[in-house]
Amino acid sequence: MSDMAIRVRSAPTLGARRTPGSLGDKLFAALCTVAGLFVLLTLGGIIVTLFLGGLPAFLHFGLDFLVSTRWDPVEGREEFGAFISVFGTVVTSILAIIFAVPVAFGIAYFLTELAPLWVRRPLGIAVELLAAVPSIIYGMWGLFVLVPFVQMHIQLRFGEALGEIPYVGFLFASNSFAGTSIFSASLVLAIMILPFIAATMRDVFEQVPAVYKESAYGLGATRWEVMTGVVIPYTRVSLVGGIMLGLGRALGETMAVTFVIGNANRMPSSIFDPSTTIASVIAMEFPESLAGSLQQSALFAIGFLLFVISFLVLATSRWLLRPRLK
Amino acid sequence: MNRRTLLLGTGAALAAPALLGAKPAFAQQAVITGAGATFPRPLYERWAAAARTAIGIQLNYQSIGSGGGINQITARTVDFGASDAPLTTEQLTERHLLQFPTVMGSVVLSANLPGVADNALRLTPDIVVDIFLGRITRWRDPRIVEVNPGLTIPNLPVGPAYRADGSGTTWVFTTYLSRVSEEWRNGPGAGTSVRWPAGNGARGNEGVSNIIRNTPGAIGYIENAYAVVNRMTTTQLRNRAGNFVTPEPAAFNATAAAADWTVPNFAADTINLDGPTVWPITSPTYILLPTNPPADKVEASRNVMRFFDWAFREGSQIASSLEYIPLPASVHDLIRAAWARSVRTPAGAPIWS
Repeated sequence: MSDMAIRVRSAPTLGARRTPGSLGDKLFAALCTVAGLFVLLTLGGIIVTLFLGGLPAFLHFGLDFLVSTRWDPVEGREEFGAFISVFGTVVTSILAIIFAVPVAFGIAYFLTELAPLWVRRPLGIAVELLAAVPSIIYGMWGLFVLVPFVQMHIQLRFGEALGEIPYVGFLFASNSFAGTSIFSASLVLAIMILPFIAATMRDVFEQVPAVYKESAYGLGATRWEVMTGVVIPYTRVSLVGGIMLGLGRALGETMAVTFVIGNANRMPSSIFDPSTTIASVIAMEFPESLAGSLQQSALFAIGFLLFVISFLVLATSRWLLRPRLK
Repeated sequence: MNRRTLLLGTGAALAAPALLGAKPAFAQQAVITGAGATFPRPLYERWAAAARTAIGIQLNYQSIGSGGGINQITARTVDFGASDAPLTTEQLTERHLLQFPTVMGSVVLSANLPGVADNALRLTPDIVVDIFLGRITRWRDPRIVEVNPGLTIPNLPVGPAYRADGSGTTWVFTTYLSRVSEEWRNGPGAGTSVRWPAGNGARGNEGVSNIIRNTPGAIGYIENAYAVVNRMTTTQLRNRAGNFVTPEPAAFNATAAAADWTVPNFAADTINLDGPTVWPITSPTYILLPTNPPADKVEASRNVMRFFDWAFREGSQIASSLEYIPLPASVHDLIRAAWARSVRTPAGAPIWS
């Protein structure tokens, strides 16, 4: 890359050709290396800080910290377990993926295959703009618009009916009527991650060589058959990568979720129960936790867990997307 | 022309402080700085605006939270600190601080029961405890019906709402619950955030109020000032004397009068007091003042006391209009006596007299 740039620049002057080892080049290379290392150092620093901050809690509670469902910050009988917040984080994110993926797929397929050319650009930009809305706005909108809607029109209508289903009915039981619930949080998250998944899917679909699709159409395949027989098999791995990217964003979302999840450190049994996520527990309790207390250490520790979960998810997504998106 | 005036003006402005410096007695506004609790911020700001014209003291108050206020005054970066929770005697001696209350605030219960008027619903401590323990799940529970004869209560599910962020309001409310119920004391306990056995949490008074407004059957605790300003529907509560009390200024003032303010550091217990008309859930907010100001801070220390002296004499009206509870005049005298006794110049002379 740099080689080429030099050749292009020096071509018109001829003669006076600079050697690649000149001082400016070396300086530039050094600065770039420092910048690159800086990222690694920051990342490493964050991991180490989180781990050291959480170490007292890990040592105090041992492996029990991961599976315990007790979270009691009252002075004198502190007891902390990460299971509820980890569970809440993972469940809301997975539900959000379930809600968002079909819509994102529709958007991406419409944009690449079906939409008239003049629609593609404005609609594509609109989807990307959704990604630019600050999360606190989603939180407020969720609290004032979505939560009452879920409460009145989804929980009351469908929840009550679905609650009657044998064996799985408890998943939809209305034990709490406040409207702030795992379901509301997942819905807000789904809308927030929609643009990311849709944009990735659109880019992936555009990688499918036109000749494949045209051949399929030429053989008399319908749109549905082209989608299931050509586009999806060709892009399968990258699609999963895009979904994982959305999942990674959903896991760490804080403010929007805090507004609508109900912040209850209790094990939920129904999707209409309030619960909590790692990010909202930290946002809620960190300001009033005393420096050096076990509570603060436990908050650091769940922060570390969130970091590990997000890292695994994002690393998987990068790895899956690698072969297709360079 | 313009530029010339500007230059002349600048010159005059630059020269003025030098001239004043030569004559320090010349009347100029004294500036004092304070930092701490967010709960009394609206009041201190209104007091500051009024005091600037009345006694020529300008107050800069930063509401950074009680913990921050304690840290700042310990480091002496401000003239006074403010905290919602009282400090212990050891903490005060170690930091050379004098602690005194300014006003009280109260916590009220607000419920969303369609068809039930403001302050019509009567609750007992037991009912409140069992609601927040998740034991009472329907509003037509026999115990609620029993204390509310003649009131038609819709049979909605009970939805408790609480503050999910760590807060002094939660500390006051859970301390009250721990006082009235052994089960609560051994269960969730008292703190700025606790392990709630039931209900939904939200951030701040506004979050809890939002849950209450949106959910028929919800009940939550909020600061009275917030409840009044936002016209929330509140409830009566039975106090220790066995009377049902409406959360109104008369009941709050009765609490202020019933509290024992002669305890060390004015750390009076104002929760669940005895008295026929007392509202049981209230709490004072405090000021922290250094007892050993260095020579260059003596003037600022005197001005802080002048400011609060003025606020105690003239500011009760403002406090009441913002729904804070002014302290009785006898408490003001106790505080002035404490100033005269404790706050000394480096030479050992009292600053307040």
